[in-house]
Amino acid sequence: MTFVISAAAPSTALEGNNPVLNMSIFLAFVILTMIIVIRSGRNSKSANDYYAGGRSFTGPQNGFAIAGDYLSAASFLGIVGAIAVNGYDGFLYSIGFLVAWLVALLLVAELMRNTGKFTMADVLSFRLKQGPVRMAAATTTLAVCLFYLLAQMAGAGGLVALLLGIEDRLGQSIVVAVVGVLMIVYVLVGGMKGTTWVQIVKAFLLMTGAGIMTIWVLVLNGFSLSKLLDGAVAASTSVPADAILSPGLQYGGNPLDFISLAIALVLGTAGLPHVLMRFYTVPTAREARRSVVWAIWLIGVFYLFTLILGYGAAALVGSDVIKSAPGGVNSAAPLLALALGGPVLMGIISAVAFATILAVVAGLTITAAASFAHDIYANVIKKGKVNPDGEVKVARRTVVVIGLLAIAGGIGVQGQNIAFLVALAFAVAASSNLPTILYSLFWKGFTTRGAVWSMYGGLTITVVLIVFSPVFSGTPTSVFGEGVDFAWFPLNNPGIVSIPAGFLLGFLGSLTSTRKEDPRIAAEMKVRSLTGHGAEKASEH
Amino acid sequence: MSIHQPEPPAVSKIDYEEFAESPEFLKLKHRHHRFVLPLAAAFLIWYFVFVLVAALAPDVMATPVFGNVNLGIVLGLSQFVTTFGITMWYVSFANRRLDPLGAELREELEQLEREDAQ
Repeated sequence: MTFVISAAAPSTALEGNNPVLNMSIFLAFVILTMIIVIRSGRNSKSANDYYAGGRSFTGPQNGFAIAGDYLSAASFLGIVGAIAVNGYDGFLYSIGFLVAWLVALLLVAELMRNTGKFTMADVLSFRLKQGPVRMAAATTTLAVCLFYLLAQMAGAGGLVALLLGIEDRLGQSIVVAVVGVLMIVYVLVGGMKGTTWVQIVKAFLLMTGAGIMTIWVLVLNGFSLSKLLDGAVAASTSVPADAILSPGLQYGGNPLDFISLAIALVLGTAGLPHVLMRFYTVPTAREARRSVVWAIWLIGVFYLFTLILGYGAAALVGSDVIKSAPGGVNSAAPLLALALGGPVLMGIISAVAFATILAVVAGLTITAAASFAHDIYANVIKKGKVNPDGEVKVARRTVVVIGLLAIAGGIGVQGQNIAFLVALAFAVAASSNLPTILYSLFWKGFTTRGAVWSMYGGLTITVVLIVFSPVFSGTPTSVFGEGVDFAWFPLNNPGIVSIPAGFLLGFLGSLTSTRKEDPRIAAEMKVRSLTGHGAEKASEH
Repeated sequence: MSIHQPEPPAVSKIDYEEFAESPEFLKLKHRHHRFVLPLAAAFLIWYFVFVLVAALAPDVMATPVFGNVNLGIVLGLSQFVTTFGITMWYVSFANRRLDPLGAELREELEQLEREDAQ
C-alpha cells in the first residue's frame, strides 16, 4: 500500500521549490473558502440545515462536492506517484476507485436518499430495531471516519514537509494543528452547507490544476499516448524497461493481495459514510442520481488525468529522481508541475493538494459528528426525545472534540507507517456497511440480528486480520518493525476474507433470528425507497 | 421539524403491505430490479475478470496492440468506457421508464394520505 502520502519526514528540501509562494497560494484558498463558509453558515440553524445543507444543492453542485469529498490527497499525489514509479499497478487502483461508483449509482444512492434523513443509520434502522442497529451503524461510521481522518491528518504533516520545506517535528505538528483548527472552524461555522462549498471549490481547483498539467503533457507528446509511453519506457529504470506498461511491478509477488484490495476498493466506496451522507444534501432522488452521474464523470476524467500525469512524471522527471525526492512517490505530481511550469505551477499544485486534505477532513468530521449526535445521542441515549436544536448543539460540540482528537492523533502518528489506514477504512466500509445497506434495501428477510452481526462482525474481523497481518509485524515496513512478529494472516488487505464474512454474518444472523420484524414497515420502506414518497415535497409535481 | 421515527405500527395510516402488492407498484419494482441487478452483476464480473487477468496473467496484459499501447492499457481504458456507458444507459432508463411510474405512485400515495387526514 503506497498510495497514501508517506508521513515519514524527508531529509532534503526540493530544489526550485518556493515555500513562500506555496504558502501564499494556500492562504488565498483558505481566505476564499472562509468567506464562503461564513456567508453560508448564517442560516445553518436547524438540523436539516446543519446536517444536510437544507437539501438545497443541485445535482451538478453535489456531484462536484462528492468528487471533492472522494478525491483525497492520496488519490491525487498517491496515484500519480504510483503510476510514475510502478507504472500499470498504479493505474489499477484508479480503475477500482472509479468502477466502485457504479455500485453507488445503481444500488445505493437513490434508494438511500428516499429512505433516510441525515445518516446511514437512518436507512439501516428504518425497519429494524432502532437502538441496537443505530448503535452498530454509528460505531462503524465512527470507525471508518476515524481511520480515514487519521490517515489524512498524518498525510498533511508529510505533505507540509515536502511542499513547505518544514522538516522538524515541531513545525509539522504546528501545521497539523492548523489544518485541524481550520477544519473545526469550517464545520462549526458552515455546517454541511459550508463544508459542501469548500468541497466544490476544491474539486474545481483540483480538476483545473490536473487538467492544465495533463494538456501540457499531451502537447509535449503531440497528443500521442504511444509517444508518452515511449518516453516513460525510455526513462524507466525497471527491468525490463517496459515492465511499467503491464501489471506486476508492485503486486507481482502477491497477486492474492491485489485481488483482495481490488474487492475492497470496488465494494467499499458505496459504504463510506461521508459519501453516503452527501446523498442527503439534494432535494430529490432524481437529483441524487444526477449528482452521482456528475461525480462519475468528474472522478473518471480525473483518473484519466492521473494516468497521463503518472506516465508524464515517469518520462519527464524520472522514477529515480521521484523516489529519492523528499516525500518519495508522493512528490511525483509536484515535481512534474515544477518541470512543466516552474515554481508558480508547483505552488498552485501544492496549494491544491493542501486544499484537498482540508476538504476531505471537513467532510469526514461533519459525518462523524452527525452520526454521534443524531444516532447515538438523540436516538439511542435520548430515545428520540430531544429537540433538533439540542441535537445540533451536541453535533457542534462533537465537531470540536473530533477535531481535537484528529489533531492529537495526527501529531501522534507522525513518522509512523500509517499507509494502511485508508485501505482499512475501505475494507471496513465494504465488510460492515455495504452488506447491511444492500440487505436492508433488497432483502425482505433481513433482521436486526443480521444487521448487528454483520456490522460488528465485519468490523471486528477486518480489524483483527489487519492487526495480525504483515502490516503490523514481521516485515521491515511493519508498524512494529521486523523484530516483532505476531502475523499469521498473510495478506495486507483483509477484504477477500472480511467482505464475504460480513455478507455471510448478515445472512446467518437473519436466518437464526427469533424476533420477527414488522412486515408492515418492511413494505413501507420498500414503497418509499422506490417511489420517494415522504422524502420529496408534494409541491414538486 | 421532528426526527424521522418510523415507530411501529401507529404512524403509517396507509396500508403499505397492500400497496406493495399492488400491480402498479410491482411493475415499478420489477422494472427497477430487473434492470439494476443484472447490470450490477455484469459490471462486477467484468471488473473482476479484468483484475484476475491483471493479477494472475500479467503477460496477457503485455500483449502489444499498437505502438507502445498494450492490451492492459486498452482493457483498463475500456473499464472507463463501460463505466461511463453504464452510467448514461442507467440514467436514460431511469428518466424514461422509472421516474414517470414513480411519480404516478407517489401522487397516489399522497392522495391516500390526504383522504386519511380527512
